[in-house]
Amino acid sequence: MNISIGRRQFFGAVGAGLLSGGLPEFVFAAPGADYGRLLVLVELKGGNDGLNTLVPYADAAYARLRPRIGISRDEVLKLDEKAALHPSLESLMALWQAKELAIVQGLGYEDPNFSHFRSIEIWDTGSASNQTLGEGWLARAFSAVPVPVGFAAEGAVIGGLENGPLAGSRCVALANPDQFLRRARLATPMRASGSAALQHVLKVESDVAQAAVRLAGSAAPMQGFPPGELGNSLRIAAQVLAGGARVAAIKVSLNGFDNHQNQPGVHANLLRQFAESIAAFRSCLQGLGQWNNTLVMTYSEFGRRPAENGSMGTDHGTSNVHFVTGGRVKGGLYGEGPRLDQLENENLRHVLDFRSLYATALGPWWGMDSGRALGGRFEPIPLLRAV
Amino acid sequence: MRGIAGHGPDRRFAAFRFLLLLGAGLGATGSAFAIGMGTEEARHLLVRTTFGLTMQRVREFSFLTHEQAVSRLLSEGNPAASKPPPAWVDEPVTPFRTFRNATAEERRRLQDRDIRRGLELRAWWVGEMLDSPSQLNERMTLFWHGHFTSSQQKVRMVQLMYRQNHLLRKQATGNFAELLHAVSKDPAMLVYLDSASNRRGRPNENFAREVMELFTLGEGSYGEADIREAARAFTGWSIEPDTGEYLWRAPAHDAGDKTVLGKTGNFDGDAVLDILLAQPRAAEYIVEKLWREFISQRPDAREVHRIAAAFRASRYDIKTALRELLGSGAFWAIENRGNMFKSPADLVVGTLRQFEIPVGDPTPLALLMAALGQNLFSPPNVKGWPGGTRWVNSTTLLTRKQFVDRLFRADDSAPDPVADRRSLNDVAAGAGAGRLSTEERERLAKSIAGMRFDSEKWLAHFPVTLAGDGETVRRIVLAGEPAGGLPAMMANRELVRLLALDPVFQLK
Repeated sequence: MNISIGRRQFFGAVGAGLLSGGLPEFVFAAPGADYGRLLVLVELKGGNDGLNTLVPYADAAYARLRPRIGISRDEVLKLDEKAALHPSLESLMALWQAKELAIVQGLGYEDPNFSHFRSIEIWDTGSASNQTLGEGWLARAFSAVPVPVGFAAEGAVIGGLENGPLAGSRCVALANPDQFLRRARLATPMRASGSAALQHVLKVESDVAQAAVRLAGSAAPMQGFPPGELGNSLRIAAQVLAGGARVAAIKVSLNGFDNHQNQPGVHANLLRQFAESIAAFRSCLQGLGQWNNTLVMTYSEFGRRPAENGSMGTDHGTSNVHFVTGGRVKGGLYGEGPRLDQLENENLRHVLDFRSLYATALGPWWGMDSGRALGGRFEPIPLLRAV
Repeated sequence: MRGIAGHGPDRRFAAFRFLLLLGAGLGATGSAFAIGMGTEEARHLLVRTTFGLTMQRVREFSFLTHEQAVSRLLSEGNPAASKPPPAWVDEPVTPFRTFRNATAEERRRLQDRDIRRGLELRAWWVGEMLDSPSQLNERMTLFWHGHFTSSQQKVRMVQLMYRQNHLLRKQATGNFAELLHAVSKDPAMLVYLDSASNRRGRPNENFAREVMELFTLGEGSYGEADIREAARAFTGWSIEPDTGEYLWRAPAHDAGDKTVLGKTGNFDGDAVLDILLAQPRAAEYIVEKLWREFISQRPDAREVHRIAAAFRASRYDIKTALRELLGSGAFWAIENRGNMFKSPADLVVGTLRQFEIPVGDPTPLALLMAALGQNLFSPPNVKGWPGGTRWVNSTTLLTRKQFVDRLFRADDSAPDPVADRRSLNDVAAGAGAGRLSTEERERLAKSIAGMRFDSEKWLAHFPVTLAGDGETVRRIVLAGEPAGGLPAMMANRELVRLLALDPVFQLK
């Protein structure tokens, strides 16, 4: 850990020096990765229910497992003869019809863990089930191939306290960019020293000071986002991008998916927020001419148990479905639909390692060798259009 | 108005003794005056076990030995709150069906009322943190709130959140086994982890999983089958909808045999809790968590083992665990000083207490703590507040610094993080405190404006001979050498402000 902080401080110091030198950014574009392409990660916190998100409406087993909370086949938004979206995801249909929405099914990992906290750690760090890694998978990617120093930060976390996949990277938490800039004078970059705790504070001070220089000149507030946590965070993300600030990755989140009880209303509301926020973000970035340079990807600690529980809810599960969208995404269904007739311990078996999703972002999207950051080979999912 | 400073005729004498103690603390070993632990160690003990050290307490504790000091802290634990809670805590709860049958307008009125009450409850608790003489008990109440979490966001009935706080407070330094049994049947918990809807034939695993993973054993000490079986044992626990009291529903209980952690029998919920408490891992798990609360982020396995053995032998007496932890070599080790992050409660309440800044209405402080990531009665999830490095990111660090900057400035030029109208609205909304009326906003803004550091009064604690010495003040203000170096100036308001803005001020 100390070594890693040392490296970061080193880059920070170099960055600060260059900033004062006022050299043009392109000189420092890193070889081996195109961080000019943005990655936006949307965390669905609590474990989204994949089976009520992409509904296997034609499968009799679905109706049997979910007699009370199953989505009726009259209401679903059919994508093909097997799979349909939850009716609250209606705003995503425009993306589907534009063939910009990829839906990846059967994502999970071997030896699934059912603890929220351990399983999200596995997803955040990109580890195997029995492996503990300290840094987020994006932080490791940025270690392998540095982000250009002219970037405001490697990553931005908008909303929430958890850095997740960005933990260990040079990232800033932005709740309110204007306020951030007003207060940034209180941060002073200093050389790292002292205990691990002090080094962390000093690193945050440096990250703030560096980001503030590059965030200056923020744009006018964006319109069209639905109220709520995710709409607000994506509105801020669009505002930061419109202001010309560069970051390689942005993490936002939507909380509340852990519905052991009375799931239907809460879940419908969350999915509506999700779909409307994503649709608004797309319109905004299209307006800015940045949608083709953006890849949006969801993740969550796990899916939920196929059989509903006795409280109109679902308990913790395994394999799950995730969305990928962006101007260069080749829409369609990927992976394999759920095999409800082949449950193991009442749960779905995954068909695709979740790190394939990450390999897609690192490899085809950023153009780097994903093996270094992921500590192994994972086949990218062919969901990007050839340029 | 509250004031913490004591001004008496013996101040000069106390200052003289304090000077001697400082001398002892500065390393004059073998000195005839080195009877107690000295200022630095007293500071360390108080900053970790209370919400902010006061000069008077540092002085008092500096004369005690480690053992005397720990005994004194433990004996000060009064499980009763020092101030009465809001009057409505004794009102009957509003049953769910009243909400269901209400008109939309009536429902909104009830929700607004509960949001208001939630804010009042937070302010009351912050008031206890500020003023309670039972500081260790207060800190342990917050510790258990982050351990046995429940959130108003889900529980909704505010009275139940108060009753849970009352329970945590009562057993804060009492008995862990009793606390586990009581909190498992606590109505707010029954709602929060869905036990109230866990029924025979249709089990809900939520509580069964978290009681093992987060409340007693930690991940890796049980299997999925244990959770499924335990969930069956917990069936039958419920709440009476009209009163919000715990209710045993025999027909909902699954009376079949269950196998949990290798034991088989017709267990009910209490029997399963006893099986969990009988695992040696349970004591270790709690001691590790207390270690992270009081000593460092890296528990020493051998010491944890030793302290857990004593904890178990005492049948889970929390004071025994605390006495062992606070008396351990690791607690007093130099490398474990200044190596932990101040939580929002430490920073907000601790700064006001340390610098004897009077507080009128604590409500804005509850909102500020929420903006810093510690919204009382609404922890982020069942794991409570993750703490550690998670407390300090770019947003929270700047908010922390702005709060401190304003407190110590001589004039009104620096804005408070929550003082201006828009920030107050944002912060209140983010804290789930709803929309503030103009009147309320003005009142809160005024309350914040009244919180100012009185440098003359506070610096008078330092003996005249040392008053000009910045290093003496530094040793009280910071847990270590300032990262930005000691400003070359006399001990005055500006020095205190600069020290409080130093990165080391975020640590304890």
